[in-house]
Amino acid sequence: MKHARIRFQGDIHAVTVEDNNAVRLADGRLLAEDQVEWLPPANGSMFALGLNYADHAAELAFSPPTEPLAFIKSPGTYTGHNQVTWRPDNVAYMHYECELVAVIGKPARNVKREDALQYLAGYTVCNDYAIRDYLENYYRPNLRVKNRDATTPVGPWIVDVADVPDATNLKLRTWINGELKQEGTTADMIFDIPYLIEYFSSFMTLQPGDMIATGTPEGLADVVPGDEVVVEVEGVGRLVNRIVSESEFFAARG
Amino acid sequence: MSSALDKAAAGTLFGIALNYQGLLRSRLEEFQQPPYQKPPVKPVLFIKTSNTRNGHDQPVVFPAGVERLQPGPALGVVIGKDASRVSETEAMNHVAGYLIVNEFSLPEDSYYRPAVKAKCRDGFCPIGPELVPASQIANPNALGIRLLVNGELRQQNNTANWVRNIPQLIAELSEFMTLHAGDVLITGTPEGRVDVQPGDTVAVEIDGLGRLVNTVVAEGAL
Repeated sequence: MKHARIRFQGDIHAVTVEDNNAVRLADGRLLAEDQVEWLPPANGSMFALGLNYADHAAELAFSPPTEPLAFIKSPGTYTGHNQVTWRPDNVAYMHYECELVAVIGKPARNVKREDALQYLAGYTVCNDYAIRDYLENYYRPNLRVKNRDATTPVGPWIVDVADVPDATNLKLRTWINGELKQEGTTADMIFDIPYLIEYFSSFMTLQPGDMIATGTPEGLADVVPGDEVVVEVEGVGRLVNRIVSESEFFAARG
Repeated sequence: MSSALDKAAAGTLFGIALNYQGLLRSRLEEFQQPPYQKPPVKPVLFIKTSNTRNGHDQPVVFPAGVERLQPGPALGVVIGKDASRVSETEAMNHVAGYLIVNEFSLPEDSYYRPAVKAKCRDGFCPIGPELVPASQIANPNALGIRLLVNGELRQQNNTANWVRNIPQLIAELSEFMTLHAGDVLITGTPEGRVDVQPGDTVAVEIDGLGRLVNTVVAEGAL
């Protein structure tokens, strides 16, 4: 089953998702995909992995890490399915990153990898945009690159663990304006989800709603205002986002 | 932690590293070398995840298998009103008040990669003892800050030595991310972090903000 959070007529609802992405409210009403505002399906901290695909590490001219390289995102950077993300004025390179996300369902501390999936609420998808112009070599990748308002689309929904029989063999794909730009498979992940849950929970307690964004394969490209960017993880979800200019974003927000 | 404080400061805990002039100066030579290449241009930020939240008079766990643990005395700024693209002159209108933060960390030998393992352990961010309204602190830019271990003064500085003051931080951060009501800016720990051991009582004092006290306990001793 797929679970989402949406806003409809000013109220936030926890819904289930049915055929054609129609959403079922608790009171039984069924609404079409484009009738609702899709919200991020979880709101904890996001632990995002850098360089977790060997091909992507090579693309960025890094050796693959021997220990997970994680950075943290806070809820202000999340946005939902079918929403917009802004490209700052006067930057040279803003790229998408299609990622499989594990969502934590219950507190996880000292969890062994063979038990790890029991701690998941399910899986979702994120687009971990980066503005490379702003990279600095302090706590890299720094928050100005990765924790910008509405610059991490997440969703559209959380799919149950039982509905994804093998998360280590899923195709990841990104399209810009319908053109396939990035293609990879979770089989090429360096540290898989059970390993990452064991790793983080060995020194901290992962909380319900926390998310682990598992990194992206090679195939990055620049995006500009007007682009429609779609990231998809096979069997999990297809997350749509549109790039707007800085002035358009802040004018709309008022 | 008091429930009132919990509610007023329920948002994200954003830390600013290298925000004391003495600390930054002491590393400048190193920051010309790889992997840094040049000193930081923008505020150096990190996030203390929600599992790190802790309160006054509560234990802080010295993790098993860890050699050294260091408290991090800091002034916390609690955001009272959402701040997006706020100028320095307007910034203080978005501040609800101040509290003391003890930003515990394992020692950091490098600033190159995010310090999740050093900074995001359970209970590594006591805040308190209470939220002092902004109106009660005439000049947050000139407050003495002291760390005492078992009653002995071990580290002291003054917020006059910040690299960036509160309006500058709010302006630079809110340029790219909204600071939400309830978020806390941890304005930095001065140079001279000290080691603490299980059994130690650790207190942070800031002029006008009171005293935040915690005891260090060995993992498994709770």
